[in-house]
Parts: sequence; structure tokens; C-alpha cells
Amino acid sequence: MSGAEWQLVGFSLRMALASLLLILPIGLALAWWLARKDWRGKALVETLVSLPLVLPPVVTGLVLLQLFGRRGPVGSWLHNTFNCDVVFTWRAVVIALAAMSLPLFVRAARTAFEEVDVKFEQLARTLGAGEWRVCFTITLPLAKRGVLAGTLLAFARALGEFGATIMVAGNIPGRTTTLPVAIYQAVENGEDTHAWTLAGVSAVIAFAAVFISEKLQRWRK
Amino acid sequence: MKHFFTVVFGSATLLFTAQNEIPAAQVTVFAAASLTDSLKQIAAEYEKKSGDQIAFNFAASGTLARQIEAGASADIFFAADETKADALEKKGLLVSGTRKSLLGNALVIVTAIDTPAIHSPAELTNAAVQHIALGELKTVPCGTYAKAYLEKLQLWPVVENKVVPCESVRAVLAAVESGNVDAGFVYKTDAAVSKKVKVAYEVPAVDAPKISYPLALLKDAPQPNAAKKFIVYLDSEPATAVFKQFGFIVLASAPAK
Repeated sequence: MSGAEWQLVGFSLRMALASLLLILPIGLALAWWLARKDWRGKALVETLVSLPLVLPPVVTGLVLLQLFGRRGPVGSWLHNTFNCDVVFTWRAVVIALAAMSLPLFVRAARTAFEEVDVKFEQLARTLGAGEWRVCFTITLPLAKRGVLAGTLLAFARALGEFGATIMVAGNIPGRTTTLPVAIYQAVENGEDTHAWTLAGVSAVIAFAAVFISEKLQRWRK
Repeated sequence: MKHFFTVVFGSATLLFTAQNEIPAAQVTVFAAASLTDSLKQIAAEYEKKSGDQIAFNFAASGTLARQIEAGASADIFFAADETKADALEKKGLLVSGTRKSLLGNALVIVTAIDTPAIHSPAELTNAAVQHIALGELKTVPCGTYAKAYLEKLQLWPVVENKVVPCESVRAVLAAVESGNVDAGFVYKTDAAVSKKVKVAYEVPAVDAPKISYPLALLKDAPQPNAAKKFIVYLDSEPATAVFKQFGFIVLASAPAK
């Protein structure tokens, strides 16, 4: 592998990690909310969260482009307030990856939360623990493996994201090009060896992530 | 369950048999994205006259060349860059003697209609210009031409960091229209079809690399005879009038090589 190829892999890994940081707090809150509470319109939120899993990724990309474009509601606000552009920058990469991998994470974390026996939580409450304490000392530790497995799945999904990324972040070598986009471009350019090298790296990382994720879910039993 | 499968397979069979009934000859043209509007108009007129059908695949010339190399079924290749046709010719994928250089074009810098104007390529180096959309440098001829031009002006090292490569010249146009980039390089003919961009600067022909559109029949064309007729039509008066109307430069009808 060449220096540029290592750089590309490093960049893709950093972007996937950054997207994880973004979805962990949001995803955990959503998963807990869905697993523990019942409210009117819950089915609607469930469906919305899972939508990016089944929608064509370019549609998710299109929505993000509308929101974060310089003339979009969020994008224009960011541009005017902080002089911060999203579209065609690394920020767009992180947002696209986060939007696409959030559903996987929420599904895994929710199942993990649902498998934690509510009795333990109630017991902690009778001993005087507040909701936050119950969550961080009882629920999360007991759901740890499932949450970790979900994190790995989300990470693997983020590394493979193509459709939404190319819509909002484009394909700027060294600045927004991620592994899948680079593979596509290499094929377009007729650089087959380059494409296969990158494909190999992607396969190795994806394999490792799914393998560990599966292991984690087995150990739970 | 049994009914379910009957329905699925039944409709699948119907779909495939329906596809096999091709009406008249259908000519498939792989054409540069910048030819989109003019070729569609020409084809609509031609279909009425000849009864043949014209199907298009519009994309970056480099992308099209790759698809043809990979065995895509097409009759005619109409690119925006001679080097893309050279590459196919070298591999023996063009029918010798059918290739001709039909059109020329001009390179322009465009900005969104509601953004502050730029009046020269040197202004692209201003701090206010953060993103410049160009065609992808290897596959999109317009990007290749723009880079060569910026290199000639010795501006390339300064603006390289601002470049947002797009997958076709029309993607450049869309990026400028959306306001997500501050400026872009397209052809004069692309700028003319958009109401949301304005031409900031037209590159004089003497400064620009030679922009020339080659046209050729492909070796593995499924409909070579119908395709040859369409090629002749493209070089005839009704078609060249449309090209001129869209702003193309119609090159003197060169005898086939």
C-alpha cells in the first residue's frame, strides 16, 4: 500500500470514529427511550429512526443536502452565524455517516436494554438511586455487550457508506474522499489495482468489526 | 404461498418477454453530459423522420469510455474530449473511418445568479472564494480542460485546495446553482441552459486548450446500420442548426479519416 492509500484508510477510520462520537449519546438516549417508555406516537419515532436503513442512501443524502446546503435551513444558519460550511467538507462526511449508521446502533442498543430485567432497576430505585444512577450503574453495565456490538456494527456501516456521503460531501481527494468513494473513483479511472487494494482493506476491517460484534452477542448468553 | 410464487414468477416472465419486443431499430448513443439538451432535441426530430428510436446514456466522457471498454452495449460514442476517443481507438473499439470531430465549445467560469460577481480567473484566488467546482480531473473533459487552463495561468497551485471535483459537467452546474460552491468551470453551452447561473468570465479561445467533440461508430454496435444513418444526420443541416442554437461551434465537416 502506498502512503496515499494509508492516508485514505486513516481518514476513513477517523471519520467513522467521529460519527460514532456523534451517535453514541443520541443513540443511547433514543434506545433507552424506546425500550423503557411508552407514549403516543412511539411507532412513528421507531419508523423514522429505522428509515435510513431501508431508504436508498442517496435519498438520505438528498435530505441532508437540503438541510445543510448553504441555502438550506441549517446550512445557512451555520454559514451566517459561524461562517462554517458543511457541504463538501469533512463535517458533511461525519453527518452522513452518523445518519446512516444511527439506526443500526439504536436497534442493537434497544434490544440490549429490553433484555435487562426491569426488576434490577426497580430494586435500585427502592434503595434510593435516581434515574441517572440507575441508568449508569444498572442498565448500561448489564446491556454493555449488546451496546458494544451495536457500536461495532454502526462503525462498520459508517466505513462502507457511499450514497449519502457522495451527495453531501462529494469526492475531494484528501479532504472528503472515503474508502468506498475512492474505490468507485479508482474504477472510473481504470485504476483496477488501486481499487482492489482498497477493496481488500475494506473487507478486512468489515470482517473484523462484524466478527467481534458477533462474538460479543454470543458471550451474553 | 403457492399463489405468491405464481404471481412473482408470472410477473417476472411477463416483464422479460415484454422487453424482448423491440419496435424499430433502437440506436444507443453514449454521449458527453454537455450534449444532453441539444442531442435530446435533435433525437426527437430524428425519431419522427426516421422511425428509429434513439436511446441515450449521458455521463462524463471518461466514464462512458470505461463503460464501453467494459463491454457496455452501445452504437455511438460522442465525447467531449479527443483523448477519450483516442483511448478507445487504440483498443480497436471504434470502427475506423467513422470518427469525426463535429463540435467545439468554450470554457466559462460561472457563479450563482445571486452571489457577488467575479470578473477574472485571478479573482478565484480571493479568500471569499472557498469552493470551486470542476469536473473530475481525469474522467470529465471539462475538468481536464479547466485544470490545463489554470495551470497555464499559473493559478493552479493557489486554487487546487478549493477544488470540488464533480462527476460530470452538469454536476458542476448543479453545484454552482445550489450555492454550495462559489464558482465553477463549465462550457458556455451548459451556462446557457441554466437560469440560475451567470457567466462571470469566458475563457478566450486562444488561452483555452482545444475543445473538440469526437463522434464515432463503435465496433460492437448492435445496430450499426441505423447508427450510421444517425451519424450522417448529426453532421447534416437540421442537426448542426440545433447545435449552433445551443451555442456550440460546429466544426467544418471534415472528411472521415
